[in-house]
Amino acid sequence: MILKLMELTKIDGISGDEQDVRDYILSHVKENSLQYVIDSMGNLIVKCNSSGQSQLKVMLAAHMDEVGMMIKDITEDGKLKFITAGGMDSRILPGQHVRVGTDKIPGVIAQKSIHLQDKDERESVVKLKNLYIDIGAKDKSDASSLVSLGDYAAFSSDPVLFGENRLKAKALDDRAGCVILLELLQRVWPFELYACFTVQEEVGLRGARVAANRVMPDIGVVIEGTTCADVPGVKEHEQSTLLGKGPALSFADRTSIGDRELLKHFEKTAQEEKIPYQWKQTATGGNDAGRIQTSGAGVKVITVSVPCRYIHSPVSVLDIKDLENMRDLVEKALEKLPQMV
Amino acid sequence: MISLIKELTSVYGPSSREEMIREIIEKRISGKVDEIYTDTLGNLVAVKKGKGKSKRIMLAAHMDEIGLVATYIDEKGFIRYSNIGGVSSFFSLGQKVRFQNGITGCVFYEEKLEEFKDLKHNRMYIDIGTKSREETEKLVTAGDIAVFVGDAVEQNGKFISKALDDRIGCAILIELIECLDKVQNEVIFVFTVQEEVGIRGAGTAAYGLMPDIAVAIDVTDTGDTPECKPLSIDLGKGPTVMIKDGYTISHPKVKDALIKCAEEKSIPYQLEVLSRGGNDAGAIHKTAGGIPTGGVSIPCRYMHSPCEMVDKNDVENAVKLLKAFVTASF
Repeated sequence: MILKLMELTKIDGISGDEQDVRDYILSHVKENSLQYVIDSMGNLIVKCNSSGQSQLKVMLAAHMDEVGMMIKDITEDGKLKFITAGGMDSRILPGQHVRVGTDKIPGVIAQKSIHLQDKDERESVVKLKNLYIDIGAKDKSDASSLVSLGDYAAFSSDPVLFGENRLKAKALDDRAGCVILLELLQRVWPFELYACFTVQEEVGLRGARVAANRVMPDIGVVIEGTTCADVPGVKEHEQSTLLGKGPALSFADRTSIGDRELLKHFEKTAQEEKIPYQWKQTATGGNDAGRIQTSGAGVKVITVSVPCRYIHSPVSVLDIKDLENMRDLVEKALEKLPQMV
Repeated sequence: MISLIKELTSVYGPSSREEMIREIIEKRISGKVDEIYTDTLGNLVAVKKGKGKSKRIMLAAHMDEIGLVATYIDEKGFIRYSNIGGVSSFFSLGQKVRFQNGITGCVFYEEKLEEFKDLKHNRMYIDIGTKSREETEKLVTAGDIAVFVGDAVEQNGKFISKALDDRIGCAILIELIECLDKVQNEVIFVFTVQEEVGIRGAGTAAYGLMPDIAVAIDVTDTGDTPECKPLSIDLGKGPTVMIKDGYTISHPKVKDALIKCAEEKSIPYQLEVLSRGGNDAGAIHKTAGGIPTGGVSIPCRYMHSPCEMVDKNDVENAVKLLKAFVTASF
């Protein structure tokens, strides 16, 4: 599973540009000879094999897109101005390696050098409009021969295993969710399980509602990567989740309040199966569950997440044990779902 | 009516935890409607069937109130929290709150805070009087939601209470159920969930029902308190007919029909034009292929505080207005 995750994070798939990620996932879906649909927005909806024991319809969702950048302007001297797709702290951008467009032209994100900045500039927050990508072009026409307006720029960041059970990579949010779906779609389930790889979550949860409208599930289970700030300088009550303490259950975030029965069921499963777990201790953020819950005539939803330090950056970090425990928890909880309902 | 309002406002029911208020409402109306059920997200749907080939009219009022969700318990037993719905950190300061199991807490702030304008929920906490995390966790755990304490009082023709938003709307629907005889139109009373956190229940309820017309009944702002922002809505001058708010522009036919009913029956009314704020209409009108939707609101001072205030006459006139509306032909 870890090797698949590392491969998935290497692929570039910023919101609106997910096809390469989808192609990788699709090749595995076809290996399992499963029925699938790719809808007009690009969501990949896979119907898993069912034993027919229960008529329950469950939507398992993870999003394929990652945060990134899009070229909006090419300056006269060949530098690229950009916007972000998805939420990003602009302070982490200067100095990053990126690759631009389908030809993956290498570039760096830069701003005016520090020794040329005056005191006010040095002490103020990094502004997106002062940043640019340098691809080593001489001028505007040179740059235009290599890249175009609207090209995506993704972080160049290779996955690295380090420390004790730690993986650093870009896009762990939410390729970690995608790899769990890939594991689970291989089995036969006692009910109708739809593994939905959604698009454009990072720019406003846009794919999920469309996918939910097609599936019309009874229950939605969203598998995500979430904030983990157990680092120096952060007050305990704002740390959200702790790395290594297991998959996190969310009682609420900005877009959905988890269904209490589902939360109790997942917690009970974790306790019975002796799987470490934790509660996400903040109510911030949002994910596909928000749109799935309010689709159609209403869907009961739950979000389960793997803690990711430095989320939405090229160096997000997760604990491999947390990922494995999340797979086990979701698998066991899904198995026991018909008894809960 | 004060006893109904006292009962409804005192019941615990923050967004996503509406079971207790739903049970109270169901007890009040069962036997007085033809059909009653609860849908997937917890909306309570009560139907009064119509006499003939008529329109299906949905009336929506939300059961949920705002609250504070416990997120983290520190080692001394103090509870850190986040908001459920629009909760002002200033209105919360120094308030009593109560959890579902009856435990009362004091909301206060980190005294070292230098600038009061930086007062935010993450610099505040709830104290339930325990000495340690273990002691607190026997009573309150992360995920539990507390609501404000603010007992209902009737005074000078006004009702003062927490959660008039929108238990007053629920009270109006209950009164309507009790006084409405069978009419041509089918009237569907929906007591919705999770309005305060993003109008989540109403849209799904509307999708399941697909009514011909819908009206949301909620509270609205006033422009009649000292140094307040200008707004032509006063307490006591009648319920409002919504022209627009931050999420909805009322369907002109619904708005016109409401105004016509008010004028024909000489019911005092005001017009509501808000630039911010929303209610269940926000989700209902965009459901599926679209539903013609309007709003009738009760002017309310001090919204989202433990001491909301409405005028008794406005409430009674809202019942009269809605009775005339659902009896009309479309």
